[in-house]
Amino acid sequence: MDLSSINPVLLVASIMVSATPILLAAIGEMVVERAGVLNLGVEGMMITGAVVGFAVAINTGNPALGFAAAALASAVLSLSFGVLTQLLLSNQVATGLGLTLVGLGLSSLIGKPYEGMKSPTLPKLDMGFLSDLPVVGRMLFSHDLMVYLSLALVIVVWAVLKYTRIGLILRAVGENHDAAHALGYKVVRIRMMAIFFGGACAGLGGAYLSLVRVPQWTEGMTAGAGWIALAIVVFASWRAGRVAIGAYLFGGVTVLQLNLQAAGAAVPVALLSASPYLMTILVLVFISARGAHGAPASLGRPFHASA
Amino acid sequence: MKRRTLLASAAALSLAAGSAFAQDKVKAGFIYVGPVGDGGWTYEHDQGRKAVEAELGDAVETVYQESVPEGADAERAITQMALSGADIIFTTSFGYMDPTMNVAAKFPDVKFEHATGFKRADNVSVYSARFYEGRAIQGHIAGKMTKTNKVGYIASFPIPEVIRGINSAYLHAKKVNPDVEFSIVWAYTWFDPAKEADAARALIDNGADVILQHTDSTAPQAAAQEAGNVITFGQASDMAEFGPVPRVSSIIDNWAPYYIDRVKAVMDGTWESTDTWDGISTGMVGIGEISSAVPADVKAEALALKDAIAAGEYHPFTGPINKQDGTPWLAEGETASDGDLLGMNFYIEGLTGDVPN
Repeated sequence: MDLSSINPVLLVASIMVSATPILLAAIGEMVVERAGVLNLGVEGMMITGAVVGFAVAINTGNPALGFAAAALASAVLSLSFGVLTQLLLSNQVATGLGLTLVGLGLSSLIGKPYEGMKSPTLPKLDMGFLSDLPVVGRMLFSHDLMVYLSLALVIVVWAVLKYTRIGLILRAVGENHDAAHALGYKVVRIRMMAIFFGGACAGLGGAYLSLVRVPQWTEGMTAGAGWIALAIVVFASWRAGRVAIGAYLFGGVTVLQLNLQAAGAAVPVALLSASPYLMTILVLVFISARGAHGAPASLGRPFHASA
Repeated sequence: MKRRTLLASAAALSLAAGSAFAQDKVKAGFIYVGPVGDGGWTYEHDQGRKAVEAELGDAVETVYQESVPEGADAERAITQMALSGADIIFTTSFGYMDPTMNVAAKFPDVKFEHATGFKRADNVSVYSARFYEGRAIQGHIAGKMTKTNKVGYIASFPIPEVIRGINSAYLHAKKVNPDVEFSIVWAYTWFDPAKEADAARALIDNGADVILQHTDSTAPQAAAQEAGNVITFGQASDMAEFGPVPRVSSIIDNWAPYYIDRVKAVMDGTWESTDTWDGISTGMVGIGEISSAVPADVKAEALALKDAIAAGEYHPFTGPINKQDGTPWLAEGETASDGDLLGMNFYIEGLTGDVPN
């Protein structure tokens, strides 16, 4: 076994790229779930973002516009979920799965003309002397903007949830919507905004796949990334910081096992690929044995002011 | 789209039950492992389906379901297709083998065609293409073109078809370049563009300047293009949009003639269970245009190799060949039997690493 051909600098760099889409989707979904809504349509929103972002980037030649359009399109799509579950009180699980199916179908319809095309990709940021630093410069400071934006988003979400009034209200709605309603908060409106935010994040994650990580449009290209994002939220027990750890762990294990194989190391591939899922199960067992699972108390429960 | 087709056909079936309306139309069903727009494996099967429609017109109706996972869910999808009145069902991935056999046992009047497998029954045929013939040509070009002497190979699952491809490519790369080394990455998926791109990048980061893939999407091509100075080969489909570099040639699966034949056989009532394994000679395996990035002499050698294989003058697995552990497999001048090839579960001498199990 010769591991010297693995370059740790490139390895860390590609882990950051590979973790970014699921991090974006997972942090958005976490906010939705903290507001008490379970949206299983992440996969559908991601792939919609992937195709819309790709199409807009190609037509305008501007990847930034692509990202913006992806966020908007997925957020609008997620509002259909919001209207169905929050206003018409449909079942959240079924509606979320429906959203995934709609997203997959819609995206392959929109994406047909864009197969095999090349899009402009995001330039790598040049952060002056930081990018020129040996080792860490290439490892941490020469990525594209979205990598940093996703990490900044984690910090913002964490701070807002923990320190601001808005965060407190959002958490109150997620923990006990009847009490929040009694205090005069607009439960449905707040949840709609959370769903909108979650959709936008999933859209950004999808666009990152099609514009940076792969980069091309292929039908069904998310290939389950949305479900991994959902698993990460549970793994993280609904905490922003742990979402970031989870996403980097998932991304890291994938890239690491591929690199180990490329270097010719004899690793049990199947086991390594399954390890993040095994860890999620272990974490779940651990936190439920401790008694505090950390899930918002009103998660997935329908709310109507008359009840 | 697929669900709508299914619902519509189920509805049509219930309406038409008892009437003679649908009787003379043969219904051909296709089960796909990826989306029809994957640009590779499933795309080519779907081209075959469209060719059936174009050739047989009103006499035939085709339905398909895409992105059907291999395993238990496949059985449900195949059953549903059989229930909806399909006369012949093509299941187009290795992992559908047991589900196909199970469903076939329950529907003795429906004909089944399983791609790349080895289990047959009275109403189950198997068909596959000798992709390893194309791999030999890729290996030749790869061995000639690599500068780092490192060839990266993105493999899907450790099944004989994939292992055969690795062995064939390696054998022919080694023949023209004794210093060549293969790094093999098992992706454990047929279709996951993000993972395939990651695998390509991992190989490139590790020094490979030729990427061969046995997965279905064009993502490795995009990753190679981004890296520059790396060449690739189209897999299952031409992937010409990535030429002249990184894609310098390709293996193209051409299922259309076979599909047309088999559906016709159902119409004529002449269908019987068969075992088909065709290669370059019948055109089931096509070699895509060798691009201008390949030097003229290498291109000429590759084409000569192709002609020799097509004419049956040369078998890609011709001895002497040893297995990885050094035990002899084929003696001087001996060629591999189809039985050996179909069950191939070992690397040949010179490849490093183990076949995962």
